[in-house]
Amino acid sequence: MTIESSTNARCHQDVIRLEHVSFDYQDQSVIRDLNFAVQQRDFVGLIGSNGAGKSTLMRMIVGLLKPKSGRIELFGEPIEQFNGWQRIGYVPQKNSFNPLFPATVREVVQSGVYGKRNVARRIQKEDIQKCTDAMDVMRIADLASKRIGQLSGGQQQRVFLARALINNPELLILDEPTVGIDIETQHDFFQLVQHMHQHHRMTFLMVSHDMDMIESYLGQEPAQQSGKLKFFVKHSHEIENCEAVNLSHTLTVRETESL
Amino acid sequence: MIIELMTSGFFLKAFVGGVLIAVVAPLMGTFLVLRRLSMIGDTLAHVTIAGVALGFLLQVYPLAVGLIFALLASFAIERLRKAYKTYAELSIAIIMSGGVALASLFFTLGKNFNLNVTSYLFGSIYTLTDLDIYVVAIVAVIVLIVVAVFWKELFLLTFDEDAAAVSGLPVRALNIMITVLTALIISVSIKIVGALLISALLTIPVACSLLIARGFRQSIIFSVIIAEIAAIAGLLVAGVWSLAPGATIVLILITILIVTMTVKRGLKI
Repeated sequence: MTIESSTNARCHQDVIRLEHVSFDYQDQSVIRDLNFAVQQRDFVGLIGSNGAGKSTLMRMIVGLLKPKSGRIELFGEPIEQFNGWQRIGYVPQKNSFNPLFPATVREVVQSGVYGKRNVARRIQKEDIQKCTDAMDVMRIADLASKRIGQLSGGQQQRVFLARALINNPELLILDEPTVGIDIETQHDFFQLVQHMHQHHRMTFLMVSHDMDMIESYLGQEPAQQSGKLKFFVKHSHEIENCEAVNLSHTLTVRETESL
Repeated sequence: MIIELMTSGFFLKAFVGGVLIAVVAPLMGTFLVLRRLSMIGDTLAHVTIAGVALGFLLQVYPLAVGLIFALLASFAIERLRKAYKTYAELSIAIIMSGGVALASLFFTLGKNFNLNVTSYLFGSIYTLTDLDIYVVAIVAVIVLIVVAVFWKELFLLTFDEDAAAVSGLPVRALNIMITVLTALIISVSIKIVGALLISALLTIPVACSLLIARGFRQSIIFSVIIAEIAAIAGLLVAGVWSLAPGATIVLILITILIVTMTVKRGLKI
């Protein structure tokens, strides 16, 4: 009983917390007095029309933009002091890179471990192993030496997902991950993300323009609405077991290979 | 004929200078091209000539003044880029014309100093002094060490600046580092290829390697190899037939680009 309650406490810790957050872009209010919390193991889908402030909000949460006012906390720490960026995996908008860019799949996935901790240090053996594992899980190992621009949209998405997963993050942020990808591949991608949500101890925040996909997993009623932003949530208690397998465990036993 | 060339002191210096620049220019050029800053080389080069001219007027080592000008210009470009965020090319146009204006002003002031304008516009690789070669070598070593040490960070910054920022990399400092290294390379290569032709060495080898390389490391290696082939062949051809060396190198680079494109297209069909 005591174990369970302590587990519950851990489950419901706020991973992201926004208090009275506002943001202006060229004197126009984009986000006004937003209060929102994402708890551990929640799956939050964020929907909004163009200009609703989706990307602005995402960029504030990952520290790329500063709110005009208000307070943002990550894992209980104010964002200004937050230092655990390796706990967050970030999948950028698909069209944020140039298809001509010369980078192999391995080079891109590997770049997930580059961060503050290892500036100017050589890549370690275990980092290379992490990269191989992440590519295995995403089933892109055979593409390792291909140029990323040559892959299909769905494969590219897996590359960026592998990069985001390489540090075994507790929070995965996906910014319109399926823009410009065909319906079938989008569907596969959602399946994959849902599977990860149900089987790994990870929290998800996903911006999407795809109402159908969001509704099918997170229900039709937004948990919260703020301006033109709608938040859909599936809480951790709605999925079977909070104490699910950790991703690093999966990486070693290759459980997800059956995906 | 070639042996004769190689044993003459002025040609040997030209050769060493050319080979060194052909390593570091495409290396840095890769970062510039992939970050859509191809034109920055040209701009800094024009400003550097102004500095070089002022150096002559003040009787100070011209390359040093050129370097200071290049650094100042690169920071001015950053400023202007921020001020005109959505029209960032403006910054490059403004600084470039400013540099040319200053340069022509200094050149007219320096008429009595026997300032040779063309040698800075088109390079004068055969007049390299021992000091020039040392300076080029030091710059080349600095650039190679910095790129080797910050390889990971430079890759991530170039590939995805947002991701670099999210993972806590010092994006601003890295950007300044790229700018400073570029300014260094440009100011020392002014005498070798000339201000008007520097951006060719920064960009054309990269343009070729983008067509054939699969990865980032490979792309840099290919671009350096291509630049070396062009530099060595260009210097020999220019030496044997008494052609302008900078121009010969650039034309060989363009030839390599055309051949690469043709072969690539040919293979695809």
